[in-house]
Amino acid sequence: MLAANYCGLAECLGRLIVSVGILGTKLGMTQVFDDDGNAVPVTVIQAGPCVVTQVKTQQTDGYCAVQLGYQEVAEKALSKPELGHLKKSEAPNLRHLREYRVDDSSTFELGQTLAADVFEAGQLVDVSGKSIGKGFSGNQKRHNFSRGPMTHGSKNHRLPGSIGPGTTPGRVYPGKKMAGQLGNARVTVRKLAVVKVDGERNVLLVKGAVPGKPGALLNIVPANIVGKK
Amino acid sequence: MNAEEIIRSIEAEHIKKDVPKIYVGDTVRVGVRIVEGGKERVQPYEGTVIAMRNGGINETITVRRVFQGVGVERVFLLHAPRVANIKVMRRGKARRAKLYYLRDRVGKATRLKQRFDRPIEKSGKK
Repeated sequence: MLAANYCGLAECLGRLIVSVGILGTKLGMTQVFDDDGNAVPVTVIQAGPCVVTQVKTQQTDGYCAVQLGYQEVAEKALSKPELGHLKKSEAPNLRHLREYRVDDSSTFELGQTLAADVFEAGQLVDVSGKSIGKGFSGNQKRHNFSRGPMTHGSKNHRLPGSIGPGTTPGRVYPGKKMAGQLGNARVTVRKLAVVKVDGERNVLLVKGAVPGKPGALLNIVPANIVGKK
Repeated sequence: MNAEEIIRSIEAEHIKKDVPKIYVGDTVRVGVRIVEGGKERVQPYEGTVIAMRNGGINETITVRRVFQGVGVERVFLLHAPRVANIKVMRRGKARRAKLYYLRDRVGKATRLKQRFDRPIEKSGKK
């Protein structure tokens, strides 16, 4: 019931989901010069081409969305159910599928290709991806703690220090910063400006850094501006 | 086209073709574009190249000169549009890649021997 009302609800809030995002691959970083002659650090992203593999509508699914597929792979890399799903849209064998909410999915059709030119230069985008994994890391690396003295008889080099009070409350508060897995988590970098769009090669230049190493899968969506009607 | 080639081709649009061959120890004259009150002009800056860093589009040179008894070092991004032109005035003889030792010297001790085996091509001028 809740899902059925979602499209309507989004309209009530006045939030128009204008365009879909796109999937891409991080290629690396470089710098370019803008019109004023300033050097701008940019990340080069191979954005698309993405194939529309499923169109969800209010009638059939209770909400409107488009599913995009990206990165062609060998047939053996996919399971039979995946191949069967892709066959419906007559799409090539695609590894990654991602769904994007839209207000009106009727403008999209199965098998349609979306590429880097869904964005334009100057637009703000949010880029999500998996950050570089740092393994099990201590507090100095993970939470920017200071370390203890290395000499003068000190044995406290990289210890976390006190982790809370004693008998009362007799437990460690949830959320206490401790050692643990760092990186290899989904990270979104928000409001990055698109510097250039190369529609021919499907390459996006985005100002600033994005998560992951070159070759990493990225999800690029128009920026979600908080508080904007 | 792989990732490396795509990035190189993007950089190629911004890389200048007319940058002369510069070595550490050379005396260069760099024309710096300056915008003053809406007007643009080119201001020359002359000094010794004491360091070169990076390559490709990120390549920079550090140019040192002593001005009114005060040492001034400026780092120029060779391919930046702000650098209007570069001219090699004199080839200097240096035995190391970074001439930071010149910072500790004053007067005559900061001179570098001239070398004549490296030709100064004329392409540096615009």
